[in-house]
Amino acid sequence: MVRLNLLLLAIVVACALSVVSANHRARKLFTELEAAQKRMRELEIEWGQLQLEQSTVAAHVRVEKLARERLGMKQPVPGQIVAIESAAK
Amino acid sequence: MKAVKFARSPLLSERLPPWRQRFVLVLLLGAFATLLGRAAYLQGFKNEFLGDKGRARFERVIDISATRGRITDRHGEVLAVSTPVRSIWAIPEDAQLTPAQSRALAALLELNVSEVNNKLSGDGEFAYLKRRLAPDVAEKVLALGLPGIHQKNEYRRYYPAGEVAAHVLGFTGAEDSGQEGIELAFDGQLAGKPGSRRVIRDRRGNVVEDVESIRPPQEGRDIALAIDSKLQYLAYSHLKSALAEHKAKAGGIVVIDVRSGEVLALANLPTFNPNNRSKLAGAQLRNRALTDSFEPGSTLKPFTAALALEQGKFRFDSTIQTAPGKMTIGTATISDAHVHGLLTVAQVIQKSSNIGSAKMALAMKPDEMWSMFNRLGFGAPLKLGFPGEVGGRLRPAKTWRPIEQATMAYGHGISVTLVQLARSYLAFARDGDLLPLSLARVGVQPVSGTQVFSAQTAREVRAMLELAAQAGGTAPLAQIPGYRVAGKTGTAHKLESGVYAQKYVASFVGFAPVSDPRLIVAVMIDEPGNGKHFGGDVAAPVFSRVMAGSLRALGVAPDAPLKPLVLTSVEALREGM
Repeated sequence: MVRLNLLLLAIVVACALSVVSANHRARKLFTELEAAQKRMRELEIEWGQLQLEQSTVAAHVRVEKLARERLGMKQPVPGQIVAIESAAK
Repeated sequence: MKAVKFARSPLLSERLPPWRQRFVLVLLLGAFATLLGRAAYLQGFKNEFLGDKGRARFERVIDISATRGRITDRHGEVLAVSTPVRSIWAIPEDAQLTPAQSRALAALLELNVSEVNNKLSGDGEFAYLKRRLAPDVAEKVLALGLPGIHQKNEYRRYYPAGEVAAHVLGFTGAEDSGQEGIELAFDGQLAGKPGSRRVIRDRRGNVVEDVESIRPPQEGRDIALAIDSKLQYLAYSHLKSALAEHKAKAGGIVVIDVRSGEVLALANLPTFNPNNRSKLAGAQLRNRALTDSFEPGSTLKPFTAALALEQGKFRFDSTIQTAPGKMTIGTATISDAHVHGLLTVAQVIQKSSNIGSAKMALAMKPDEMWSMFNRLGFGAPLKLGFPGEVGGRLRPAKTWRPIEQATMAYGHGISVTLVQLARSYLAFARDGDLLPLSLARVGVQPVSGTQVFSAQTAREVRAMLELAAQAGGTAPLAQIPGYRVAGKTGTAHKLESGVYAQKYVASFVGFAPVSDPRLIVAVMIDEPGNGKHFGGDVAAPVFSRVMAGSLRALGVAPDAPLKPLVLTSVEALREGM
């Protein structure tokens, strides 16, 4: 009887300790999750800013200006365009 | 010292009065009962109050912000995006700064020191020092560690395309809610709903446990417009140069995809920069193509001809006498710019004869014309969902006098918006049917819309419109090398307080390639003031440039013979080398 009681006591203590450690682990994992989510938000914001930057840099006004002024490009006159029939047809 | 064993302790043999024992027992039981009672009281009666107190010490409700959705063009290119910014605010009572601190703060905020001191001298509890700063600048400000200076997260909306697409997109107000244009029309979908959740925080302020989610945040949905930013830019830049060339007051241009009814480009001038709206005037804000109606003039003649063909009263080659170029109906006289004599129906459109159109119209019943205009969508807003959209003016048929019926045949006494006008040409560009227009990208292309004319009529009018855009027509300047184009010019006097003034609205609506129409371009130029005012001189060249660029951008195969041209110019090029 005494032995059984001791055994049960040991089990109870072990259970109690594991609850504590599980709780601790859960909190640690939760903090990691939080950090990851924060990082996700930051990356999303950065993505938005990069998209913004991309479309600013690739704005048609700017591209046309650079093409004309820096690269000296110009629109082809109709005679310079040769239409090619698609071979796949 | 000799130990006294407990069992042999002399005290045990002492006999004590029995009340002492009972007294101690009662005392102990009493203490126990008190404890139980207290526990029951705390657990039972004050449970809620104490629980609240406890939670208040470690639980926090955190707001989760939601971003406003992006607006992209049909290829996913970003046209409007929200990005977080910080606003610096102060509690003036707490913000007691040394002069050196004020200077540092002012330098970071790019303000004058006196301005900063002004804002901090008030005795209010809240004052914005500067709104919408870049996050890194805000970090530096906070790093100064000044008392009473705080930051707040906000969003700012950026429009990378700037003034090119300003009217379509509109803009948002201070609280990131839609104020104009698409931003307002689709506000319900674009706006995010901020959420909140309850968490447990530890001593250092880290969130350690999620208790419950009170309201999940709802991110704003992204919207893909039908707009093609390449075409939008083409349309905008050519319209802008035309306005400068003709010293015109305003202008509008619309590009529509014939196959799906999508609005590929829509530009108005004058325009504004949505990223910097400090100097805005009402005229710049108007999305003329949708919110202003005008008398279209001759661009309506093809519809008169189409109805005449449809009813079988006239054929493609029926002749109409237009000499002597004047015609009196009731008390009013209408006239042509040139005297043409005997014209076929096709030539009436080609030469844009008012008399010819009026004669065709007078052979119809007013309600027949009214019902055609109605089916073309005139007189009622298109319901694109765009704020401020108007429907133009189409009076009920029973109030028409003959002279009005005659003038309506060539587009006076009726008013439409540029977008309505562009859409009505779908009936010719397609086989007589009209599609609903769409500002948002259309997933599945509609097969057919509402039939207005028969396919045969549409084909015949297409042929007439092609004649109009050739030598001998009113708009040879609308031609594009390599493509067959069709279209109609319009030159209308402007109505000013009920009287036709010597001011004009020049317009051109057309489509290409004629063999299998892909695009409709409608151009309207308000009050050209540099000598020229005919639609064929002012608006047709804009059409030609925008259409040529757009067809090339979309990779539409040329349908007109180009061979001789290619050969000659290749020769010329070789000689040049």
